[in-house]
Amino acid sequence: MAQENGHLFGSGHTACAGCGQAIAARLVVDVTGKNTIIANNTGCLEVFSTKYPESAWGVPWIHSLFENAAAVASGIEVALKYLGQKENTHVICQAGDGGTADIGLQALSGMWERGHDILSICYDNEAYMNTGVQRSGLTPFETSTSTTPIGKLSLGNPRPKKPMPEIAVAHGLVYVATASAGYPQDIQKKIKKAISLKGPKYIQIHVPCPLGWRHDSQLTYDIGKLAVETGLYPLVEYENGKLTSVRKLTKIKPVEEYLKFQGRFKHIMSSPELIKQIQAVADYNIERYGLKMEVAASAAVPVTSQPKA
Amino acid sequence: MFGPLLSKAITAKANKTGSWRVDVKPKFLRKDCIACKMCVLICPEACVTGDAKNTYMCDYEFCKGCGNCAAICPKKDIAMVKEEEK
Amino acid sequence: MRELLEGSEAVAEAVRLCKPGVVSAYPITPQTHIVEGLAAMIADGKFTSQFVNVESEHSAASVVLGSVATGVRSFTATSSQGLLLMAEVVFNIAGMRLPVIMTCANRAISAPLNIWNDHQDAITVRDSGWIQMHAENIQEALDLHIQAYRIGESPKIMLPVMVNMDGFILTHGLEVVDVPTQAQVDSFLPAYTPLYKLDVNNPLTFGPLVDPDYYMEARYAIHQTHKDVLKLIPLVKDEFQKVFGRPTGGLIEGYRIDDAEKVIVAMGSVCGTIKDVVDSLRSKGKKVGLLKIITYRPFPADAIYQALKDIPKVAVLEKAVSLGSYSPVLTEIRSAFSKPEGSGLASYSQSHGKKKSPVISGFVIGLGGRDITIDSIKEVYKRLGPKPISEEYIDLKPELLEEHI
Repeated sequence: MAQENGHLFGSGHTACAGCGQAIAARLVVDVTGKNTIIANNTGCLEVFSTKYPESAWGVPWIHSLFENAAAVASGIEVALKYLGQKENTHVICQAGDGGTADIGLQALSGMWERGHDILSICYDNEAYMNTGVQRSGLTPFETSTSTTPIGKLSLGNPRPKKPMPEIAVAHGLVYVATASAGYPQDIQKKIKKAISLKGPKYIQIHVPCPLGWRHDSQLTYDIGKLAVETGLYPLVEYENGKLTSVRKLTKIKPVEEYLKFQGRFKHIMSSPELIKQIQAVADYNIERYGLKMEVAASAAVPVTSQPKA
Repeated sequence: MFGPLLSKAITAKANKTGSWRVDVKPKFLRKDCIACKMCVLICPEACVTGDAKNTYMCDYEFCKGCGNCAAICPKKDIAMVKEEEK
Repeated sequence: MRELLEGSEAVAEAVRLCKPGVVSAYPITPQTHIVEGLAAMIADGKFTSQFVNVESEHSAASVVLGSVATGVRSFTATSSQGLLLMAEVVFNIAGMRLPVIMTCANRAISAPLNIWNDHQDAITVRDSGWIQMHAENIQEALDLHIQAYRIGESPKIMLPVMVNMDGFILTHGLEVVDVPTQAQVDSFLPAYTPLYKLDVNNPLTFGPLVDPDYYMEARYAIHQTHKDVLKLIPLVKDEFQKVFGRPTGGLIEGYRIDDAEKVIVAMGSVCGTIKDVVDSLRSKGKKVGLLKIITYRPFPADAIYQALKDIPKVAVLEKAVSLGSYSPVLTEIRSAFSKPEGSGLASYSQSHGKKKSPVISGFVIGLGGRDITIDSIKEVYKRLGPKPISEEYIDLKPELLEEHI
């Protein structure tokens, strides 16, 4: 049952102001609709939306533990099949980045490999935020977290982000996509696409976190967009293992545009050398996915100055 | 039998988070609104409603003053104003 | 109808007759034949169920947590390391009051690694809130699975049940058993109708975050329900006897204890061996008996107190240890006699000079599948003297202890 204004993830939850994950969670369930059952791993979303006796959820929702939502969802899916009710019910298994790519990866891989008709969602705020911003497998390179702190001898997280979308693709899923809270309509478009397909699906949604990324709560939307516009978070879609769509960028912004608003990257902004290393990550994505929008010579964008003869 | 502890759907609204606002709140100017609904889509508190141009509004009982509606509004028709302003 | 079956097959038959809609399976010796049996039945169309081959025991338990939460009767089985890997989920299932039924084919705990029988696995989760029953033989294992669904799914109970059967001894042993008809089981076991479930027409939030203002009552309620289970299990046993014609189940079983001077207390398949020793010692005029604990959780303290209060000497024979303390069942039986009279639990006080107090001794036996022979039991009988023994290992090999790294 929905809130008066029709949302299936309602007001009154205790997420921090400007929480990207709260934005994305509502966009997802508003699309999948009332015939949805959600299995949710432990994490920020679970904690800030279901403090007993209150719940923000308007659909049947279950949290068991930190790493078993994928298995719980599998049990729900086969139970619905047994009851003959799977056809008109969407089953979602969702977690944060740690709950998906670290502690929950084994159960998720099992669920994917078994081919359950389940949409798995990862809300990627790039660290364990509920426990206080500790590093996860999806924490970006050289990010400051409470367990990869900046110090005389440390430049923050020494490892690059675990390639979770590629891991999903390697499981032969019917659909894999990345999305971002900076593109709310794109999230809903991809959710709609995913639930129209039978079989295991994975959507990873980049969700800025004012608390953990140490940015102003008003910038969640803008920072989400900047991550994409700098090439640091490519928005892609894979169908049955093939890359079928990439969000092209007409104008690629330098990574500083994205880094400068965030306290977790403060140490990078003060070092051109470190900025170069982050730019290299962006350049790799740009090159690999062909993020740069190729403007055809004839359809040149009108330029103010006269082109040289 | 007592237990297990289950919560009913959409009961979080008992928790009025509007009290979280400290210094600013959104003011829907309702002048240039084109009803694109981006404010509805981006509100983390699911508390922006409206159905036609210049009718959108947030529920101050829940709005935490994060400011993303103002940031996303393509027509700059939402301004962040001091909490005290009427 | 009567069939010669391997224990695992007999359990698979019992499970099939209970018609669970979801079975999750992960292999671990010695329970695997059970889920293999179910898989074969499904493959041949003899049993319709959603069979989920999971990637770990943690997921085996989580899958049936999800399916029972969706309102579908389910089954899984595990042993030893598998039970410990899923222990987090085991506690979670009981806390969420989901009547999951699971076989634990009891097996030793690593390290050292050992695939043979003892009770150390089930004992480790005795505080989880699960109802735990132990089968002495294959017929009991079969029957207890049917009773487990009846007990766990009772609307006033709604708790998971673990049916323990000794690894290899029962899972791989062969026995002629009566396999009930579907009609018998259907008359005894109604379809599962959940009090609460994940239902799009009645959305609820399961597994919320619960703060100190609300948490304690949920745990207290489970404990109180276990007291109701103590009352229900004997009734289920009687009803089972009416339908199936045999007295399987209940809390405890006294074997020739009425006039006994010495009683051995035990759980599981060793009780068969003890009964043979009781009979042979009785034939030589020795007044000895066996008290078999069938229901280990809830712990039947009152029933045990009533059964043993007039017995001079009691030996608790245990296939488990609590490293660093007295053995688990010994501790609980002694405590069954330590409460003042009439306080709900039984009363005893050996040290407080209560006149009705057996001398209660504790023996550890058969760890890691070490063979328990007639002589082992006789050794226990011999050791029972006027002074209580707290912890003696039967058939220990001191020479092995001489080896040093």
